[in-house]
Amino acid sequence: MKNIEFRTATSAQGGLIVMGGVPGVAAGSRVQLRDHAGRLRAGLVIRSADDAVLVEVFEGTDELDLERTWVRFLDEPFKLPVSRDILGRVFNGAGLPRDGRPPIISADRRDVNGEPLNPAARAYPREFIQTGISAIDGMNSLTRGQKLPIFSGGGLPHNRVAAQIVRQAKLLGEESSEFVVVFAAFGASHADARFFQESFEESGVLNKVVMFLNLADEPVIERLLTPRAALTAAEYLAFDLDYHVLVVMTDMTAYAEALREVAVLRGDVPARKGYPGYLYSDLAEIYERAGRIKNRRGSITMIPVLSMPSDDITHPIPDLTGYITEGQIVLGRELANQGVYPPVTVLPSLSRLMKDGVGKNFTREDHPHVASQLFASYAKALEVRGLAAIIGAEELSDADRRYLEFANAFERRFIGQGEDEDRSVYETLNLAWDLLSMLPPEALIRVSEAELAKYHKGATA
Amino acid sequence: MGKILEINGPLVKLELPETVIGEQVRVGRIGLVGEVIGRDGNTALAQLYEDTAGLRPGEVAEGLGWPLSVELGPGLLNAIFDGVQRPLNAVWEQSGDRMARGVSVPSLPRDKRWHFVPDEHRRAGASLAGGDILGTVQETESILHRILTPPLLHGELLELAPEGDYTIEEVIGRVKLADGRIEKLRLFHRWPVRTPRPFKRRDHAVQPLLTGQRILDTFYPLLKGGKAAIPGPFGAGKTMLQQQIARWCNAEIVIYVGCGERGNELTDVLEFMPELKDPHTGRPLMERTLLVANTSNMPVVAREASVYVGITLAEYFRDQGLDVVMVADSTSRWAEALREVAGRLGQMPVEEGYPAYLGSRLAAFYERAGRVETLAGGHGSVTLIGAVSPPGGDFSEPVTSHTKEIIQTFWALSKELADARHYPSVDWLESFSGYVGSAAKWWAENIDPNWENERAAALDLLAASEELQRIVNLVGVEALSSEQRWTLEAAGLIKEGLLQQSATDEIDSFASPEKQFALLSAMLEIFRQGMKLVKLGAPARKLIQMPLLAQARRWKSQHSSDQIDQLKVKIAAIPGEFEKLMLEYEQTSA
Repeated sequence: MKNIEFRTATSAQGGLIVMGGVPGVAAGSRVQLRDHAGRLRAGLVIRSADDAVLVEVFEGTDELDLERTWVRFLDEPFKLPVSRDILGRVFNGAGLPRDGRPPIISADRRDVNGEPLNPAARAYPREFIQTGISAIDGMNSLTRGQKLPIFSGGGLPHNRVAAQIVRQAKLLGEESSEFVVVFAAFGASHADARFFQESFEESGVLNKVVMFLNLADEPVIERLLTPRAALTAAEYLAFDLDYHVLVVMTDMTAYAEALREVAVLRGDVPARKGYPGYLYSDLAEIYERAGRIKNRRGSITMIPVLSMPSDDITHPIPDLTGYITEGQIVLGRELANQGVYPPVTVLPSLSRLMKDGVGKNFTREDHPHVASQLFASYAKALEVRGLAAIIGAEELSDADRRYLEFANAFERRFIGQGEDEDRSVYETLNLAWDLLSMLPPEALIRVSEAELAKYHKGATA
Repeated sequence: MGKILEINGPLVKLELPETVIGEQVRVGRIGLVGEVIGRDGNTALAQLYEDTAGLRPGEVAEGLGWPLSVELGPGLLNAIFDGVQRPLNAVWEQSGDRMARGVSVPSLPRDKRWHFVPDEHRRAGASLAGGDILGTVQETESILHRILTPPLLHGELLELAPEGDYTIEEVIGRVKLADGRIEKLRLFHRWPVRTPRPFKRRDHAVQPLLTGQRILDTFYPLLKGGKAAIPGPFGAGKTMLQQQIARWCNAEIVIYVGCGERGNELTDVLEFMPELKDPHTGRPLMERTLLVANTSNMPVVAREASVYVGITLAEYFRDQGLDVVMVADSTSRWAEALREVAGRLGQMPVEEGYPAYLGSRLAAFYERAGRVETLAGGHGSVTLIGAVSPPGGDFSEPVTSHTKEIIQTFWALSKELADARHYPSVDWLESFSGYVGSAAKWWAENIDPNWENERAAALDLLAASEELQRIVNLVGVEALSSEQRWTLEAAGLIKEGLLQQSATDEIDSFASPEKQFALLSAMLEIFRQGMKLVKLGAPARKLIQMPLLAQARRWKSQHSSDQIDQLKVKIAAIPGEFEKLMLEYEQTSA
């Protein structure tokens, strides 16, 4: 069947063509199309019956006709050839080279869809990764095997934050990072792609990076394949070659929009904001490929970047993402406008795996309590700031005024830091105590009395 | 033998006459399993539990002759199953780290021998009815597994095996049915998951399900046999709260259904459960726990089936006379699976794409909870706790709003509280419980006759403080009278000293009802003593600086449930603290 070209298209519209009279085509199989000018396109069977086969064409159906379109069913799913040589290479969304070098030749070709991991085979992520960013390490720490997205918005420095994490991430006790990086960009601008490429170059890790790029002006349907190809490469590096893989994907919003575009063409019933009902399952297929496996040395840690449409965290894309990922780092416009970098809005940020990766045996014994206290004190401080905006700072009580000062110092000194500033977790915790010492000890009930005695600098004593 | 006509995502159209709706089918060369959901002429429409990639029109299909059923017998506890009851550990051994398709592994281990002790009242020649107890197997140290007759079987017991070790497939007895046929009995039987298991009659729920969580037990109680929902946006601590319930509740069996949730969360449960002890029996928690895991990246149709598999397992243990809690995380993912299949069937969507039967399916599902008199004559209960994941935290969306009408206890989680790291983030204004009256009886008899009043007093205080907080937000705290300031302060004390509870703190994680009540009365005692002073003219400013207030906030994590006496000493000292302050005040003002 692989060698037969069919010319039986009966209809074509917006990225989909229907082929008549091709019996026995496997669902999900890859398709090669040749148009009237002899150009090749790729596609995928999304519905198969003896009398009609529905094919999704990655490059779209522009300039196709029904009479001079030849279709070949390749009888296998989309596969990515993998070998050690993928490190340092740049591919397009479908896994073909875009760096001018020859394609990867390997007998080992993997189905990009992967297979779901058996929950019984998973190992729980516990190893603390130090990112050198206080707002993350101190309050929303990352662990090896976690998926922790950055929720951002147009114009916010999410790319710089992601690049800083890639540069600085390491396990405690390790001198330099032993990560390899899989970087996937879909719907990203050429400028964004170049920014990452240069950032990897500058930090000298380019030969440890695999890039999969489907940029904003490239075929939309190919975007659905890009994260899958990237994660197939990541799984190979992590679970076959024992690497610790950091996967950075940007921008998940562009991915979800591509999914919606295709769903509308297929006539799927829309759920919220026109996104198909299976958006959750589809995103989960991608995010859940992060993790660790028992008896395997490598791991996949995932940092997807997504821009929240109109900064709305309840929009379906961030919303469903938040239900799948193990927390989120939220960047905020207000802090960014005040010149705070990285503008991490800590209250809606969260790391679900933090509870098991910090504290005694991992970082420092006071870490969980300090984090909890910072959250509580800052929440209270913001309440006071809201009050001050109404009644004026002069009307505040002395205690409240202290909170106001705490809020400002916390934002400037703790959240804010340099783009090249790599703080150890101990520096972060000491800094936290410096700030907490601005508040009276009796206001700090999330930390224990012993911790107060040891670390509090006695602002009122 | 039939054949495949069309493949569309998880739906497959088959040429397969004479199949029954609900029947299991095996499809394709790799043998994917699914169930028939529609018939049209000679064709049948089936939804498959596994990914359909690679299937081709023309491949074989066959009907298996039975609906989706589960195996019920020894070997269930301590296990982890997928959405169609495949044992994940055995699947792992057989097919490796990834879920291979078409793997068929029996749900219960076939080679393991169980020590069966026949019930001494069973005599050959006596009649035997469905649901009767044939004997017992000590499955784990804390759980005695009763071997039940299949619910629909009636007849005369011809023989029953003597005490000894048997595998679940060995015949342990024979029954002569009314029509003369002879039926063999084994240690296990099958039951279709979409049919509720029969019982004699429903009974009133009387006992509270104690979870050790103060905001739940003291403020919004749930009864054994009751229905509860936990709605909350992401990051509100839904999973944490459910794990706390699974960990500490006083049920005999806990069934945790991870329906379309994170893989790592299940790993977390799998890793921490064996390390923890059941606070009521002292045995490892895993011995009473059973997991059904269909993570979000596993096929969507099996996700829809998983909650039915879970509830059927729950009913089976209920029929043995046990109190069972089933936690379903999350019913929203189940509803979405329903929506996805409905969408592919081209059914008319009503709200947000959900099919019109969403409400009735949800209601029918929750109705499988309850306390019943079992066929064997004892009492058992299934308590159902469903998590709801409303998109964007909007409680008016279809799944939350339908669920809210069905359940009796509503533990609403709030994003605002979670953002301020107030855990558990159960919102005391949005939540409700229809079981307070029944629970009050239990608390009055077992803990303190004053429970209902004290609970109401604390809730009044919280409601009053909400009003005051609004004023403060407008004009500042200085605008309040001394009495109002003290009310606000006392409400803060209740929030931080009582409602907030740390799941990670060893002492605070679980609170016995005695400890819960002691803390509740302690906080109220401070409020009342202070109010007395304020009414005598002492300024609230002075009271707020009392070290007692900061100390009382720590009591919850200083005294475990076994150290109530120490707590009571501290409570007894409260009036003295205020008298001291009063004396000081009188001296300075004199």
